[in-house]
Amino acid sequence: MALIALQQVGKTYRRRGKGQPSIEVLKDINLTVRKQEFIALMGPSGSGKTTLLNLIGGLDFATSGTVNVNEIALNTYSGKALARWRADTIGFVFQFYNLLPVLTAEQNVALPLMLTKLGSRDRKQHAQNALDVVGLLDRAKHTPAKLSGGQQQRVAIARAIVADPEILVCDEPTGDLDRGTAEEILSLLQILNRDHNKTILMVTHDPKAAEYAQRVVYLDKGSLVSTAESTNENTDTT
Amino acid sequence: MFKQIFSITLMNILSIPSRWSTSSVIIVGIGGVVAVLVAIFSMAVGLNKVFENSVDENRTIMVRSGANDEMSSNLHIDDANLVASRTFFETVAPELYCVANVPKKATGYPANIVVRGVTDASFDLRPELRILEGNRFTLGKNELIVGRKAQQEFDGLEIGDRVTIREVTWTVVGYFEADGSAIESELWAGLTSVQSAFRFEGGISVVRARVQHGMDIKSIRTSLDDDPRLSLAIQTEADWYERQASTGTLVIRIFGWVITIIMSIGAIFAALNTMYSAIASRKYEIATLRAIGFGGFPVVVSVMVEALLLAVLGGLLGAGIAYVAFNGFTVSTLNTSSFSQIAFDFAVTPELIGLGLVVSLVLGLIGGLFPAIRSATLPVTNALRGE
Repeated sequence: MALIALQQVGKTYRRRGKGQPSIEVLKDINLTVRKQEFIALMGPSGSGKTTLLNLIGGLDFATSGTVNVNEIALNTYSGKALARWRADTIGFVFQFYNLLPVLTAEQNVALPLMLTKLGSRDRKQHAQNALDVVGLLDRAKHTPAKLSGGQQQRVAIARAIVADPEILVCDEPTGDLDRGTAEEILSLLQILNRDHNKTILMVTHDPKAAEYAQRVVYLDKGSLVSTAESTNENTDTT
Repeated sequence: MFKQIFSITLMNILSIPSRWSTSSVIIVGIGGVVAVLVAIFSMAVGLNKVFENSVDENRTIMVRSGANDEMSSNLHIDDANLVASRTFFETVAPELYCVANVPKKATGYPANIVVRGVTDASFDLRPELRILEGNRFTLGKNELIVGRKAQQEFDGLEIGDRVTIREVTWTVVGYFEADGSAIESELWAGLTSVQSAFRFEGGISVVRARVQHGMDIKSIRTSLDDDPRLSLAIQTEADWYERQASTGTLVIRIFGWVITIIMSIGAIFAALNTMYSAIASRKYEIATLRAIGFGGFPVVVSVMVEALLLAVLGGLLGAGIAYVAFNGFTVSTLNTSSFSQIAFDFAVTPELIGLGLVVSLVLGLIGGLFPAIRSATLPVTNALRGE
């Protein structure tokens, strides 16, 4: 069953200034993502990968076509409702972690729970559970500055999963990490996909990282050029 | 909603120390405005207090009809005698109001000082007047006593000093205070001695009198107006000093607001700059919060809270500086109605500090509003890309 369905999606940015030509970043994208799928979005710089991820993550609206998630078109939501939907449905993982430097790892992880009705004790418990999943419970009281890049990305992943969203949207999650640490993060994402039933969409430039996905979608110049099942040994299709 | 506001505000406030240098711009800018505002207004309050302290509800002052002040009022001692014959007054004091030149301590240049010729009745009329040191002058002798503030502000007015006024040498024989009222800026001497020195024999400027308890000022005024021998205008001290104070304090207050508004414009730009840079430095953080579902309104509120907090810190700093530097500081200024110096203490009152804090909050509100709106309307995807 399709969890995410994109039909003839286009995205055009208008340039500031009269007479400036518009930039068509995405055109006629048709894509379906099944529940618990792990998809890698690949393509050269400027091919529209991140824009596509933002549309699926509800951070931006398509200029044309429809983006349906759980059979609901995202463009029917108001800005406020879309923010609520993101909080419930999407977990974000960014290339540069985007942790808040003044908060501890535990407080960073607990941030999305501020949007729920949970009390402070429950929020703390959930945050610790999430940190346990990513193997960083012993670093709960550390601020980001006292953590390595890989550890910060783990905290960011814990923050992404703490409210138990259905979909994880990861924009170059290993782009700022060395090979060994990147593999740890990718393995963690695979575990979340396999054992915690998360549907994952991951933008990457790195073919090795893409091997951890079940399917690889290629974009070029705003168009979807191919989609292929991953056959690498890193792929876990169970 | 409140949890969102609380968590974002907490994050903002916790990050202030890492942005201390930029945050201090708003504190110092607003602190400067408030310090100047409170300092200037404390002058007006201090000057006003002098006149307020001069008021006794049962005392009246009579000047020649048409005269607006003691300086321009010319009466004869017979007028005082006629007034004294009326049953509605308890104590009647004729006074001659003159102006002399005495060097100021601060500049060394001569400035006008009031020399008031009085009789014993003037002392009876003002029970608040106390001799601090020395004695009262002796009637008929060229002796004078000096108000506490006049002694602080003018040179050569120590006990035993000899002062030449109108080619007459006077000896200072005492100091007095009078609950901080306007007469503390004056020199007092015997009425006949002052009349003689200023070649004003038989002349007086005003008649001060305490009315019998229960008497109505309107009926007294009617009675005096009906007497063809008198041409007097009677007022209560409250009305008299209110008019005297309003001229001087109005000028100070207008000056204070003009300076405050000019400085406020600078402080608002400083606040805007600070808050815009604060938001720019936290663009990723704000965008991240917005991405994970935080609303725009909590972001606006949190930025406003931060701006207001910094503004209040600035306000407290400014008010504190004004208090430490100016409260109780004695200066003298020209009393425009008498063209003589009147000394007063700067008074940094709780109300003034309150006014300073209100002004700081208004500046913080204006300085924080536009950056707050920008932070909430920042396109999340652009901010995440660092644009």
